[in-house]
Amino acid sequence: MAGVDDVARALERAPGGGVILTSIDAIQDWARGYSLWMMPMGTACCAMELIAASFSRFDFDRHGSIPRPDPRHTDVMVVAGTITHKMAPAVVRLWDQMPDPKWCIAMGNCAVSGGIFYYDTYSVVRGVDQLLPVDVYIAGCPPRPESLQDGMLRLRDKVRAESVSPSRHREVEGILPLPSDPPKGEPGEPG
Amino acid sequence: MNITELREHLCAQYPDLCPLFSIEFGDGVLTVPSARMVEATSNLKDLGFDLLGMVTAVDFGEEFELVYRVRSREMHVGLFVKTRVPRDEPRIGSVVHLWPSANWQEREVFDLFGIVFEGHPDLRRILLSDDWVGHPLRKDYEDPGLIRRPDYL
Repeated sequence: MAGVDDVARALERAPGGGVILTSIDAIQDWARGYSLWMMPMGTACCAMELIAASFSRFDFDRHGSIPRPDPRHTDVMVVAGTITHKMAPAVVRLWDQMPDPKWCIAMGNCAVSGGIFYYDTYSVVRGVDQLLPVDVYIAGCPPRPESLQDGMLRLRDKVRAESVSPSRHREVEGILPLPSDPPKGEPGEPG
Repeated sequence: MNITELREHLCAQYPDLCPLFSIEFGDGVLTVPSARMVEATSNLKDLGFDLLGMVTAVDFGEEFELVYRVRSREMHVGLFVKTRVPRDEPRIGSVVHLWPSANWQEREVFDLFGIVFEGHPDLRRILLSDDWVGHPLRKDYEDPGLIRRPDYL
């Protein structure tokens, strides 16, 4: 990506280049933020909640978060469940197969820290962040699909703040409201 | 068939197994010396015990106790088979040739307790990675990465 970075830096210095950069960033936001296809790394009971999240009651397809069976199609790995030392090489291998840019969500206490397997256990990796760079942690044992939804929206917040230029940090408003956005509505009416 | 009828049936068919039979907590238990394990399991298979439900082990310090649960679909009765092997020489005959379901069960016991099943077709680790050192369910297993639960939790 060094070539893209150089072009972005040159554009930033050039007169009027910021307009081009902003436009590219807007397209990139739209493309990446609303099509976070997920790699469901479900190894334990959290996978049940992850599956439920894809079905009609919660319907993550409306966010563009479509579960894909192939890591080469996906943008975000959702690690849902206990990762054992035997499973760890497979997780890293699947992560390495995902194309950049990629993100990781640690879903549930086991993926966050080892959870109930933190103490007195010989076989469990104490948190998937020992293997992968994690962007969003979701607590719960297991977390409800609403929590996963909140995590996905927060991840989208993070994705939308990225720019093609490494020196720029952006805060933009998307099509759908986010948890961090101020409440909307007419003055005097409940948000 | 209940346990008492099973005892009578077993004693009629195989009198040498009769003194090994006992009833513990309402379940039939056949406590076999490890040297006679192959012969006794073979006799049980002939008697009609066609299902092997479980193989596991218990660490008693000086020796390991192996526990097999067999069941007969025809007689509608189950039976525990127990045997003990010394810790220094944990070897026992495999029962895979009688019950193919013992294959992975014996691999699991080998993986976690280090008991060698002689005659097993493919005895290697099944749950832990191949380069694992030690057998975690032994009482004297020491894991360098283990974090002990503190007293206040």
